[in-house]
Amino acid sequence: MSVESSHTAAPAQPSPATAHVKAGLARRYAAEKRFRLYGIIAIGASLAFLAMLLISIVSKGLPAFSQTFIQLDVPLDIDTLDIDAETAEAVQEGSLPASELRRANYNGAIREALRERFPDVSGRSDRRALYKLVSTGAQYDLARIVMDDPSLLGQRQTLWLPTDDEIGALVKRGADLTQADTLSTRLDDKSIAWAADLDANNEFDVRFNTTFFKNGDSREPELAGIRAALVGSAYTLLITFLLSFPVAVASAIYLEEFAPQNRWTDLVEVNINNLAAVPSIVFGLLGLAVFINFFHLPRSAPVVGGIVLSLMTLPTIIISSRAALKSVPPSIREAARGLGASELQVVFHHVLPLAMPGILTGTIIGLAQALGETAPLLMIGMVAFIVDIPQGITDSATVLPVQVYLWADSPERAFTEKTSAAIMVLLAFLIVMNAVAVMLRKRFERRW
Amino acid sequence: MNDILSPPVSRAGLHEEPTANTVLQEIKATVGTATVENPKMQARNVDVHYGEKQAIFDVSLDIGNNEVVAMIGPSGCGKSTFLRCLNRMNDSIPSCRVSGEMSLDGEDLYGPDLDPVLLRARVGMVFQKPNPFAKSIYDNVAYGPRIHGLAGNRGELDEIVTESLKRAGLFDEVKDRLDAPGTGLSGGQQQRLCIARTIAVSPEVILMDEPCSALDPIATARIEELIDELRQNYAIAIVTHSMQQAARVSQRTAYFHLGKLVEVNDTNSVFTNPQHELTENYITGRFG
Repeated sequence: MSVESSHTAAPAQPSPATAHVKAGLARRYAAEKRFRLYGIIAIGASLAFLAMLLISIVSKGLPAFSQTFIQLDVPLDIDTLDIDAETAEAVQEGSLPASELRRANYNGAIREALRERFPDVSGRSDRRALYKLVSTGAQYDLARIVMDDPSLLGQRQTLWLPTDDEIGALVKRGADLTQADTLSTRLDDKSIAWAADLDANNEFDVRFNTTFFKNGDSREPELAGIRAALVGSAYTLLITFLLSFPVAVASAIYLEEFAPQNRWTDLVEVNINNLAAVPSIVFGLLGLAVFINFFHLPRSAPVVGGIVLSLMTLPTIIISSRAALKSVPPSIREAARGLGASELQVVFHHVLPLAMPGILTGTIIGLAQALGETAPLLMIGMVAFIVDIPQGITDSATVLPVQVYLWADSPERAFTEKTSAAIMVLLAFLIVMNAVAVMLRKRFERRW
Repeated sequence: MNDILSPPVSRAGLHEEPTANTVLQEIKATVGTATVENPKMQARNVDVHYGEKQAIFDVSLDIGNNEVVAMIGPSGCGKSTFLRCLNRMNDSIPSCRVSGEMSLDGEDLYGPDLDPVLLRARVGMVFQKPNPFAKSIYDNVAYGPRIHGLAGNRGELDEIVTESLKRAGLFDEVKDRLDAPGTGLSGGQQQRLCIARTIAVSPEVILMDEPCSALDPIATARIEELIDELRQNYAIAIVTHSMQQAARVSQRTAYFHLGKLVEVNDTNSVFTNPQHELTENYITGRFG
């Protein structure tokens, strides 16, 4: 069979080649259909996994964003609060600062309020159980209320104070408290009975949990917040960005545009590529050995964390920046050169702006990686229990993924929801970061 | 020197298909007149190597003031390479080596005193594919004057931009949208924008590397008109694949073949009375 024969054959008779192609068509289309199906299955599977992940995190984490409050009629007389009359008067007149009231016995006032609410409770252990209805952090809330308005002294106030985590979780769940059994919580029968009584009188209220966004870590789940880790992450990433972005972009530009092609630049290139594949904990060890033990930078501080993470981020940004620079059409470089632009002007006026979207994409991938990194930070002590919100890059701090790890490790049940909530905050942080990058990219792309 | 006519080539083998070997043997020296009086640019015995491979063999050619020199020849014959050597655009190719003499107003192009940035400001270039910057039309034209500091203030810069666009025959089409991106123009407009950008720097020579190969006949005609007008003020060297274009726009034509300059003469004589057999074969469409 030859193709030439088709020229002489009558048009109605298909040539053998045409017949051959026709015979194979069905098989080719079937293969294409199969391949599309595989693609759809793959995307479906990954979407299903993503949905599972998000649903499980959100359903577990949502309760952490609400907090249960208990209504108490708190006596704020100076005897219960254990303040001497002169001080109280002086503060009310304004001759002494309100901070003088800091040492008052607010816990006593709360306990008095609880005893008044449940007058039948007697005996040491029962009373101790009763006091546990209210969070140990409630006294600080009360202190703030009184210090903000000293005229409240001597009055009785109906206040909403945070409950303990176990009671809070029980109420938040919205279950019928009279039916609750002790198996589902660590509370005993009596506590549940008190809670049911309070619930029946609408003395519980579930509100948005501002504590979670205001506080640092705490041993008490109802007092534990994400603020310290969030601020720590922000500082760490700021350092990472400020160090890695300029250094990486400068290296990429030099290697791509200026460096001569020789054995040394080849060596540098190979090393950069290898650096991207180094396990992140190795960078942690390096940070510990070099920055902390040799340069004596502060332990557990965002400055060290940032330096270590930028070492880790550098190769990612360099590699993607070089790819972005390489993809700028050579005609643009020639056009600029042809007009008499110097090499530096060619790069900074034309090549870099066009490569910027790609560079930003690489940067955001690198920073997202850095944001989720735990291992190297363990080595430099950023795994510490941090209660105070870091005020600067040299304060002790922790970061979001480490906070997730710490809470996941805590025994209290309420930390489970905190863990998921922290993951949600981490994801939100990531989304905000990506959104900023996308916006920047759009701005640069418009210049095409 | 190649400024002497080589002995006339025998016409006996005219109808034989030339093979690579016979061709190489035949090109011994350039046929025709490679020099002009009072040249703007001069090239003498130029060899160009890309690594081991030699791309240009012993080419000598002058570009005179107020004339258009067309360079024609089959693909890969080295005409673009030669053109790019004239403003040292090949410097950015690490393996490229240029030997021989090239000069602009008697100044050695590859000499130690010559700055390539300054050279490119004096010898502008228009490329095969329109390559406007990813900036506005105004900024595209203003870029050259800006980096060289040619305009003292915004008013002067405006004047340079307007004047350049007018001379490139683009001003009337874009005067209402100077802020629009240069990449949004049509192919022919983009190429004229590139020409405007080149003349905004007030070069002395303009090199054009197949400026019309990506354009339709109407846009091509406009550019050719423009080249003819520009000739009044500049020396122009143009590489083209279209022999009609060479015949239309140029005063002198150089025919390159396999890295050698085969023939150079008045455009008229090259196309009506080619001296070399290879030139004749090429312009009559027998190969290339």
